[in-house]
Amino acid sequence: MDKYTIIIDGKEIEAKAGQTIMEAAIQAGIYIPHLCFHEDLIPGGHCRVCTVMVNGRPQSACTHPTAEGMVIENDTEELLEERRRIIEMLFVEGNHFCPFCEKQGNCELQALAYRFGMLAPTLPYLNRKIEVDASHPDVFIDRNRCVLCGRCVRASRDVDGKSVFGFEGRGPNKRITVNAKDERLSETQLSAADKAASICPTGSIVVKRVGYAIPYGKRKYDHEPIGSEIEKSASKK
Amino acid sequence: MAQDQGSTIKQIVKDFGNDRHRLMDIALNVQTQFGYISDNAMETIAQALGIPFVEVRDMVSFYTFLDRKEEGKNVIRLCDAVVERMHGMDLVAQAFEKELGIPFGQTTKDGSISLKYTACLGMSDQPPSALINGLPLTRICPEDVPGIVKDIKGGKKYTREKLQGAIPSSQVETNLRKPGEVIFAPMERGAAIREAINRPPEAVIDQITQSGLRGRGGAGFPTGMKWSFCRKAKGKEHYLICNADEGEPGTFKDRVILTDAPDLLFEGMTVAGYAIGAKEGYLYLRGEYAYLLGFLEQVLEQRRHVGLLGRNIAGKQGFDYDIRIQLGAGAYVCGEESSLIESLEGKRGAPRDRPPFPVTYGYLEQPTSVNNVETLCCAARVLEKGPDWFRKIGTKDSTGTKVLSVSGDCARPGVYEVALGITIDELLDMTGADHPQAVQIGGPSGTCVAAKDFGRKICFEDIATGGSVIIIGKQRNLLDIVKSFTEFFNDESCGWCAPCRAGTTLILQMLDKILEGRGSTLDLAELQKVGNTIKKMSRCGLGQTAANPILTTLQNFRGLYEALCKTDEFMPPFEYEKAIAAGVEIAGREPVEEEE
Repeated sequence: MDKYTIIIDGKEIEAKAGQTIMEAAIQAGIYIPHLCFHEDLIPGGHCRVCTVMVNGRPQSACTHPTAEGMVIENDTEELLEERRRIIEMLFVEGNHFCPFCEKQGNCELQALAYRFGMLAPTLPYLNRKIEVDASHPDVFIDRNRCVLCGRCVRASRDVDGKSVFGFEGRGPNKRITVNAKDERLSETQLSAADKAASICPTGSIVVKRVGYAIPYGKRKYDHEPIGSEIEKSASKK
Repeated sequence: MAQDQGSTIKQIVKDFGNDRHRLMDIALNVQTQFGYISDNAMETIAQALGIPFVEVRDMVSFYTFLDRKEEGKNVIRLCDAVVERMHGMDLVAQAFEKELGIPFGQTTKDGSISLKYTACLGMSDQPPSALINGLPLTRICPEDVPGIVKDIKGGKKYTREKLQGAIPSSQVETNLRKPGEVIFAPMERGAAIREAINRPPEAVIDQITQSGLRGRGGAGFPTGMKWSFCRKAKGKEHYLICNADEGEPGTFKDRVILTDAPDLLFEGMTVAGYAIGAKEGYLYLRGEYAYLLGFLEQVLEQRRHVGLLGRNIAGKQGFDYDIRIQLGAGAYVCGEESSLIESLEGKRGAPRDRPPFPVTYGYLEQPTSVNNVETLCCAARVLEKGPDWFRKIGTKDSTGTKVLSVSGDCARPGVYEVALGITIDELLDMTGADHPQAVQIGGPSGTCVAAKDFGRKICFEDIATGGSVIIIGKQRNLLDIVKSFTEFFNDESCGWCAPCRAGTTLILQMLDKILEGRGSTLDLAELQKVGNTIKKMSRCGLGQTAANPILTTLQNFRGLYEALCKTDEFMPPFEYEKAIAAGVEIAGREPVEEEE
């Protein structure tokens, strides 16, 4: 396979033909903040948090293929501000109440907010009325916490082979729907063991009865900021 | 669902070859047959196509013209675009509501008529306009409304079946005010094709490259380069798509080209097909122009009849090519080329991340060239008259003419074909505009130009545009127009990416705060920042331009905003009295004010 060099924030790293910027960066131990991206899934390009400047133009790192000699800016004040604003937008678009959400400490949205230094949203809340579906015996959807990252859609379709989830509507009315006429999760083939049941970055799709198995304070992002695992892999290299 | 409905739907799916990529046609046909697409209908479609139900719901729920609930037997879609609002659309709306006794968004009790609003119909030169069961009706006055309703109830006109005919007596005016030498000049059927097939395809592309022709959708990508990339890309098939999904509010030039010069367009599509090595070309026709479908089909049939489509075109052995028209269903974003391709494949019209670009990875993952209606017309003319002839028109970097759709406050709204490089002032003179306060060039996604800049030129070097020109007179409240544009983007956002989906909702709310006089200069700064985030971080052209109405007026008309902001201090995003009203009612007592 063709190998070449690309530059991220002044640092030369190796990339392979066909690799996206995100893949090359992770391999080199460089953290590009991301939310809808997941290593086991086809990238979706929904959240735009991973936007980097590629030869001076904004591109999403998760979808943009590398090319020889590419010059990429990632860790800049300007991008930090834009990324923080997107995270803020997601906080006010949904209804996110971290203190009593069972996902807190393991939530990627919350962890990104902390990493970006967001204390509280400065944008106006949209205060939308959003429904919850607890019909399934083992999994529930709380769309209040959904950021429409589409991970569940991709995981169910591409990994589980079930297409339990899909999108419905457009623009501000876009929402996650399920593969059942009456829209009840219990009427779908979803099982708690499915990839789609546990891949949600927030507390929107949650497996029941395991939410508090690990207490607050001892969870993934309680110990260190999101992205640390990628950055640590660099220091080992 | 009744058994016969199920079998009818299965038959429709079968008529489209049980092909998942024809889901748009299947959905449109089911809707025509039954008036809407029920959950049961979607389930039958999914089963017949062998795809998950959720995929059908995903697709159907995306398009404005596809209904999932039972609507009235007749549907009135009144256009609420900016120019229509400028010309009394609200009075027409009131007249309909009064006549039918229902507000917009509802259906009469007897199930006969539904009232809906819709985005720009491409009739801004003859506002206010509406689609009645898909047929356009223009220049509607409030006084006309009782007669229209009587007609509809009498069942004499405006029935769904009428859609299938030739151009109906739809009363749509052409309003071609200034024909130019490229698009609206007389043409001889087959002349450009004969010039093309006498050359190898590469030489045809060379002619286009030499002409300097650039894409007329607004972005201005060199057409020769696009064709060359597409031809060279490896694939099982190559496809040519003509983008006739002009949805930019204030644009209607394609309507006039499709009505007056369809032969030139099909000539261009055939030349392009030959150049890139395609066997199939698609005309993606916006759902709002469904009334043109029958007429365009007839023109295609005539061209097949004279050997300009089909096998061995114009006698050229092995040059086999045909054109299919794909109808859209009301989604502005499908004018973006990758969304259009998704829609053509029978999916929701969500844009793709690029690269890969359509020229290498387009329709059905094959190399595809997507070109604007006007671009393809220009290409035909370049072959017919030569690149040198074409280069003599326009400027050095913007060769040829541009067809402009002019609407708003002027004496002669309509279509003008002018040489590129024309100044806004010259255009205003031509159209009989009287010292407007602003001109919106390129529609909402373009630029709001102030009077001091009317010396600027319309061309790729200065103000590039797809052709929408909305003239805004001194009597108009410009910020109301900005709000209407912003609402449009919010409605039309596909919702795929966060900055566009959440961002357009937020700037609308922030703009409202300012317009209601509750804003401070801090809010202007914040609005600017959120607008910039949407522009920079969004996934496609829609999002990247969705904040333009606000951003360009903040730049060019800042005084209008500042006049509404009475303080530099923080202003809360809510009104205190209103916010506590519910609590006051529950508690049954007023809050006690603290004493100083």
